[in-house]
Amino acid sequence: MTVKTVKNAAGRLVPTEINGKTVIPFKGVGRHKPEGRKYAPPIPSCSDYPEDGNKVVGSLEEALRKCGLKDGMTISTHHHLRDGDLVSNKIFEIASKMGVRDLVWFPSASFPCNDPVIRFLDDGTINRIEGSMNGPLGRYVSEGRMKGTAVLRSHGGRVQAIQDGEVKIDIAVMAAPSADSFGNAKGTGGTSACGVLGYAKADIMYADKVIVVTDNLVDLPCFPMEIEGNYVDYVVVVDKIGIPEKIVSGTTQITKSPDRLLIADLTASFLEKSGILKDGVNMQAGAGGTSLAIAVFVHQILKNKGWKSKLGFGGSTKYMVKMLEEGQMGYILDAQAFDLDSVASIERNSNHVPYPVFNAYNYHSKGNLTSMMDIMILGATEIDLNFNGNVVTHSDGYLLHGIGGWQNCLHARNVILPVPLFRDRIPVIVDKVTTLCGPGELIDVIITERGIAINPLRKDLIDSVKDSGLPLRTIQELKEEAEKICGIPQKPEFEDEIVAAIKWVDGTVIDVVRKLKIK
Amino acid sequence: MKKTIAVTGNTGPKVRSDCEITLELTDKWGIIIDLTSKVRTLYGDSIVKLTNDVLGFFGVKNARVKILDSGALPFVISARLEAAVKQLTDSDLEYLPAFLPENGYATIRDRFRFSRLYLPGNNPGLMINAGLHSADGIILDLEDSVAPDKKDEATILVRNALRQIDFCGAERMVRINQGERGVRDLQQIIPHNVNLILIPKCESPDYILRVEKEIEAILRKRKLKNKVFLMPIIESAIGVENAYAIAKASENIVAMAIGLEDYTADLGVQRTTEGKESFYARTRLVVAAKAAGIQPIDSVFSDVSDMEALRATVLVSKSLGFEGMGCIHPRQIPVIRQGFAPDNAEIDKSKQIVLAWDSAMKNGLGVVALGSKMIDPPVVARAQKTIDLAIRLGLIDKNWIQEDAPGENKL
Repeated sequence: MTVKTVKNAAGRLVPTEINGKTVIPFKGVGRHKPEGRKYAPPIPSCSDYPEDGNKVVGSLEEALRKCGLKDGMTISTHHHLRDGDLVSNKIFEIASKMGVRDLVWFPSASFPCNDPVIRFLDDGTINRIEGSMNGPLGRYVSEGRMKGTAVLRSHGGRVQAIQDGEVKIDIAVMAAPSADSFGNAKGTGGTSACGVLGYAKADIMYADKVIVVTDNLVDLPCFPMEIEGNYVDYVVVVDKIGIPEKIVSGTTQITKSPDRLLIADLTASFLEKSGILKDGVNMQAGAGGTSLAIAVFVHQILKNKGWKSKLGFGGSTKYMVKMLEEGQMGYILDAQAFDLDSVASIERNSNHVPYPVFNAYNYHSKGNLTSMMDIMILGATEIDLNFNGNVVTHSDGYLLHGIGGWQNCLHARNVILPVPLFRDRIPVIVDKVTTLCGPGELIDVIITERGIAINPLRKDLIDSVKDSGLPLRTIQELKEEAEKICGIPQKPEFEDEIVAAIKWVDGTVIDVVRKLKIK
Repeated sequence: MKKTIAVTGNTGPKVRSDCEITLELTDKWGIIIDLTSKVRTLYGDSIVKLTNDVLGFFGVKNARVKILDSGALPFVISARLEAAVKQLTDSDLEYLPAFLPENGYATIRDRFRFSRLYLPGNNPGLMINAGLHSADGIILDLEDSVAPDKKDEATILVRNALRQIDFCGAERMVRINQGERGVRDLQQIIPHNVNLILIPKCESPDYILRVEKEIEAILRKRKLKNKVFLMPIIESAIGVENAYAIAKASENIVAMAIGLEDYTADLGVQRTTEGKESFYARTRLVVAAKAAGIQPIDSVFSDVSDMEALRATVLVSKSLGFEGMGCIHPRQIPVIRQGFAPDNAEIDKSKQIVLAWDSAMKNGLGVVALGSKMIDPPVVARAQKTIDLAIRLGLIDKNWIQEDAPGENKL
């Protein structure tokens, strides 16, 4: 099938229609102004719900039937149980048995444990996934085997799409580590604790029907409630919602790789010497091994200087908790807890606060947290000579990752990408990114083991470190060094068929992923 | 009789930047390549072309080649192919990748040798970024870290690495094997700008002279003028007894190291962290080296996770008179460097000496004094070396002289 495509503001050819719905091509950062009013779900009435508040039903199947599960519906789930999730696949198993077809699965992210849904894509139960795809699922989509077109959104883009009514959720199935019979729920307690349910808010507010699934039914009220029972239709109690050791890692680990440690060390030096790191700084870093090492080095600098970070936005890890508890960080606002120390800290520390992604990342709201961050540490699979970034495809053209909060985080004051110059033989800095996920104007600094490239738009940053002794290079020089070592790579070849669309934070289409030509 | 199937290189879930080659010579049907590679989309065509080039270079016309590639760089692939061909045929040819112009640097006798990073000679993944970690020297090891049946392919890989990897100014060192094998190693290694050869398990001056003669012959034959220094490693009781004679065996010896694993084994004692059992050997080696005017270098510290114990060991080492230590992991480099680096008192004293000398020269004074002590040129040279090192280590600014000098323009 060929579709009409137009060149968007980033110069990428994108369609004007996806899955039968009109879409808006990317217009440039901050250019698209939404119109109209927010989407609203139907008005419920208390008279349809039990007066004693007990919404518990016998099984997930019963709840789905009561919600009126039928062909073509959109089912949302959230990914807090990560690779230990036992609930999402179950929904489609039930739907398949019921003979329901053409569902849209709308997860906040998918993990390897969700690979079995390929069976339900094959048998027609699911038409498409609108969410992250990696591993075998990414391969499945890249090879053009999914019936519908995938739509990839950032965490903020996802809640924006829900709020604006681009995606109308028919049934939200929210797994919850603790819940009461009214549907109040939280991320702590029980055997499947994940810490925070930071992704659930938009789903429960805007979905037609909401099912809470728990393996830890507690007495009313389940406190402090992150999901409020007033939004919930049914509560299902099961034996197990997740595999604990796969929900949070026992402990997140700093990289042991000498090269990654070198990158982390350079990053910390850059933060210090450029003056970005200062007393009262706001910052965010991920849970990857390099980011953790950076957090440890930054903590040491704060300690040595007697400085304190005002707030850190999580994904929290034990290293952030350490900063909080040793007095180098004022608050952790947290959308997800990555390890057991963080989960425990949420219960222990009153200044470690669950904070929904809906508030932190939504571009169609009255400001959000990311633009208030001074330091943002992110990764990428590819960066090009214009500082454009790719996080969803591998250089060989296969879908590899979801966007996560990456696009949203690009709005921070200083966006810093510590990345290796090449991974094995695969250069990270390339002529032109395979898939455009983030415009280069928002990416400030690339830090590799072989040098630091600052975006020429950031003259202030270039000035701040010009005499610092740091190994400054142009992005062109870094690319040439990578190619000198690895060789100039061939490009993957694609068919015309579009298998996935990449949305920008405002809901416009910034790029597409095409079907791979299999030789 | 030669084998019919050769297997070289490495593969497996943990192997990166390497490949395994299985080569079988056949009678007909040309070169058949079966390539499995994680970078096939990006480099598949170039890997196939390289394979054909290498086999063609060695005159192989018919063969089955199976390549399991985990992102090996071209010089690794060609080394693996060459090693496979040489297992099956007699060939003196060498398929040499380009020699990077930045690898042509020389070394000097009295440069700092605080940290020298050992790299197993058959593990390309650890070599590629090794130069980035600021070790004073990089040791490509052909001896203990290479399995006996992998020696030949490691030698070819190390040769290619010497030509293709930029070690960023680190002294380019190779540890050869013991005995005759070690002498043979030199043939393939010396022509590629090695700065220093480490000679393991040295027990007498004779073997050093043998190695030196061989190096000279190779350099002469190839009309090469570069200097190749020597560093014997003492690893036995008899070696310790002969330490001074060994240190004096050749003018090309710039440093002498001690290897405590083998030494303690030779003594039949346990190696401990505090090192009482090797105290005599270490001090004996230090004295012998200093008497011979060369640098004494301490043994490696083998627990790569215990940075505090390493720090303590380095400080003891420095206090005994050692001027450097081997490293087996890049994480050890900064600890060792900081340990051997001059402390603030040393730096301050050196600054005073250099400033006094500068001002004396400016004022045309023949005699230079600092307080009541006379300063002569070697003292100044040593002070300047300390200053240079402090700058290199980032301990003082390169423009310190403007900041510290009691300049005329300062009000």
